[in-house]
Amino acid sequence: MDPLTAALYLLPAGVIVIIFRMVPIGSAFVLSFFDVKMGRVRGFVGLAQYARLFQDPTFWNSLGTTSYYVIGVVPISLFLSLFVAVLLNQKLRGLGFYRTVYFLPVVTSLVAVSMVWKWIFHPRLGLLNYFLSLLGGGSLQWLEEPRGVFEMIASGLGWSWWPDGLAGPSLALIAVIVVAIWRGIGYNIVIFLAGLQNIPDQYYEAARIDGASSRQVFWRVTWPLLSPTTFYVLLSTTIVSFQVFTQIYLMTGPPVGGPMGTTKVIVYYLFEKGFDAGGNMGYASAVALVLFMIILTLTLLQRRLVERRVYY
Amino acid sequence: MRDVELNAGFRARRGAGRALIYVAVWVGIVVMTVPFFWMISTSLKSPIEILEFPPTWVPTGHYMNMGGDEWTEVYIVSRDREAGTVTVRPAGRTDEPSSASSLAGETTVDESLVSDRIRLRFQNYVEAWNQAPFARYYFNTILVTLFVVAGVLFTSSLAAYAFARMKFWGRDNIFVLFLSMMMVPQPVYIVPSYIILVKLGWIDSYQALIVPWIAHIFSIFLLRQHFKTIPNDLYDAAIIDGCSRFAFLWRIMLPLSKAVLVAVVIFTIVGTWNSFLWPLVMTNTPEVRPLQVGLARFSQEQGTSHELMMAAAAFSIAPLIVAYFFAQKQIIQSLATSGMKS
Repeated sequence: MDPLTAALYLLPAGVIVIIFRMVPIGSAFVLSFFDVKMGRVRGFVGLAQYARLFQDPTFWNSLGTTSYYVIGVVPISLFLSLFVAVLLNQKLRGLGFYRTVYFLPVVTSLVAVSMVWKWIFHPRLGLLNYFLSLLGGGSLQWLEEPRGVFEMIASGLGWSWWPDGLAGPSLALIAVIVVAIWRGIGYNIVIFLAGLQNIPDQYYEAARIDGASSRQVFWRVTWPLLSPTTFYVLLSTTIVSFQVFTQIYLMTGPPVGGPMGTTKVIVYYLFEKGFDAGGNMGYASAVALVLFMIILTLTLLQRRLVERRVYY
Repeated sequence: MRDVELNAGFRARRGAGRALIYVAVWVGIVVMTVPFFWMISTSLKSPIEILEFPPTWVPTGHYMNMGGDEWTEVYIVSRDREAGTVTVRPAGRTDEPSSASSLAGETTVDESLVSDRIRLRFQNYVEAWNQAPFARYYFNTILVTLFVVAGVLFTSSLAAYAFARMKFWGRDNIFVLFLSMMMVPQPVYIVPSYIILVKLGWIDSYQALIVPWIAHIFSIFLLRQHFKTIPNDLYDAAIIDGCSRFAFLWRIMLPLSKAVLVAVVIFTIVGTWNSFLWPLVMTNTPEVRPLQVGLARFSQEQGTSHELMMAAAAFSIAPLIVAYFFAQKQIIQSLATSGMKS
């Protein structure tokens, strides 16, 4: 094979991948060691950006907020989508219809989804507060509520004091989490359904003949055989969740980042540093690198775990 | 006999279980659809009706009889069910020009004078459309999407062909290097990408939205996997018969890969249509701004006209939603594979 011919076929994709993927990824690493303002390099600063970053309380807060978000979205989304998928897998009539409806938000743009939900969460006129009033509850501020939910629950129980450190994610962030779960659940359901349908019927028949209860069937047959799928859903939902941006940008604020900055997640902080507040791009790159390290670590860690735990 | 009884009991329990399953599934269906219904419902309300609490499910106007056939639109301040009266205020804006109201300030009248009519205010869509250059945004998004799809098909089939069929030095290493790029999320490299686009003078241009996205590594991967399933014998035979390498790709490989190509087209369209962070950073002016960024701007500038915002949201998602109802199976499949990057 003539290497020149191969190069010719690879050229169009290769040029784009090099210029717009490899170079930027490499540069993100390099830039984090430089002082770059408004796209102009002003000098090498070594690890100074990182030193500043690790002493930046806003950065740590954004990491904490992102962690709350991920911890809020991933397990609930996983549980609900698995639950619905198992229900839908009971040879229901109209499975196609149900799947279509659950998947609908996945096709809908996040911008539109965020706008609709912001309106649903409206503190005075919103649909959700209307439902609360039907149930006899008072109205909540939702996206405009900076107080932590644990603190709110404690004060609801009549406790006048609650430790500051345990206030928990703000109700505003919880609202964003709800939207993320709603938007992403259809995708996970489809993946779980595919996984469930890959489990051969013989296993279920054998279990039934042995007189296993449906709970036993789930825990002894479905759950272990589904573990590669579960793992995939866990990983992909986690990675996507760490990159949350659009909902925060559109649903919280103004100013974006929510009431008292309680929804300022890491990608929004990166965006703000790099493009909004004077364009401190070196600093933003340092934030980007931290984000990358987190995602990379998670990927490798979970991959390692799977190799040991997943049944194939 | 005993067996039959047991069976009947079992069946009844099973029936109850199935009923519960349907209930649970339908609760979910309601939760998934209410926001869409609410978007459409709000988009057809008048600015006055938006302010009503409790809200109405179906857009409704309240009209008060001013004597004879004359009705004027009113805003209901409160309702006294026991006394059978309502307190109304003239509606600030009304659709019927004839009903220039003779009502001043709040009045309390008998319930029977006020009647409700379903009133769908389709003009909200026109108003929203005209309040921002949505036609331009639409055009930009369609143009960018078309070019990206064409570009992805072109670059991916060529590269996938090289990776699947040709032997050259470092092929597998290059391929793995490509794949590893997929693991890096967009926010990580968006800052340097911006600097590169500045250097190219491409900020605020169509190129900025198209060129970086016409090579799609996952599409290359999908096509390569599929190309590898096409037997080598076919290739050898064709080459011996004097078929050129490119002709083989064009006449045989691509037609045999229609299903994969359709999947690539679908997730490229959906991804490009809905992308947000990249165009938000790379464009500044309405001339090249795509629909999603335009919609976001509109929502931030509008602030309070919820009926117009919902109308804009509805007409921005309409093309994909309509397409989805026609080809849901392919779209679900395509998007499900596109997520399967690992």
